[in-house]
Amino acid sequence: MMYMFNRNGVCLFYREWNRPLRTLNPQQDHKLMFGLLFSLKSLTAKMDPTSAEKGNLGVPQLPGQGCSFHSFRTNTYKLSFMESPSGIKIILVTHPRTGDLREALKYIYNLYVEYVAKNPVYAPGTPIKCELFNTNLDQYVRSIS
Amino acid sequence: MSRVVGPRSGDAIFASVERVNAELFTLTYGAIVRQLLTDLEEVDEVNKQLDQMGYNIGIRLIDEFLAKSNVTRCVDFRETAEVIAKVGFKMFLGVTASVTNWDADGTCCSIVLEDNPLVDFVELPDTCQGLYYCNILSGVIRGALEMVSPL
Repeated sequence: MMYMFNRNGVCLFYREWNRPLRTLNPQQDHKLMFGLLFSLKSLTAKMDPTSAEKGNLGVPQLPGQGCSFHSFRTNTYKLSFMESPSGIKIILVTHPRTGDLREALKYIYNLYVEYVAKNPVYAPGTPIKCELFNTNLDQYVRSIS
Repeated sequence: MSRVVGPRSGDAIFASVERVNAELFTLTYGAIVRQLLTDLEEVDEVNKQLDQMGYNIGIRLIDEFLAKSNVTRCVDFRETAEVIAKVGFKMFLGVTASVTNWDADGTCCSIVLEDNPLVDFVELPDTCQGLYYCNILSGVIRGALEMVSPL
């Protein structure tokens, strides 16, 4: 399944293709996901042994600055994450043996640009309801899975 | 193993995106400004409107720019200005701008367009002194930078 958030935490898009178990209602699910990513980003940046400059814990990190994590894996799923400097975050949750999805996430970001950013009836910051985007996304995901 | 892709040059991207006819673009923009002047009549109002239009374009343009050009986050204002002038303008307008006139603090600079496609065939009459004809460009830059700013 896939989530997309903007820089303010608004969930722009959510899509599931194969989710057997749902534990929370959608609002809580989105908030939990966003909070998780925010904290993970902060944590990974602070724990970075190679970077010299670190802010205090709790200071929000600019997207793209410092080190950024791109995926984590548990025994039941793998979560891949990408963030653009403009704050658009794309999350893909897949089965654990998926390879590196960074190229796929970049491709999805390009799709977003084509069908959503260029769409004159879309208001930035609101959930995405564009059929073309959905269709192309589905096609792409089927082709890589 | 994934390859790390560096930032693409403006020329490469400009060659790969779809383009419209330059004259069509220039004439369309000229018609827009003309119509705004007829509707609003006040030069300041027109300037504000062009800036607002540019702002709306900029907030969407930034995603396209980031997706196609693979630039990483700029560390300071100088780098930002360079990237806008060299990659951004090249990618969207096909012309390269130069960055000059840095002030002592490094907070203020001029971006100069040698051959600006928006102003081909354009002459401003005396009634429109004070009109910022290319204000849409400053609106675009404002909108785009606002979406990547730290706030």
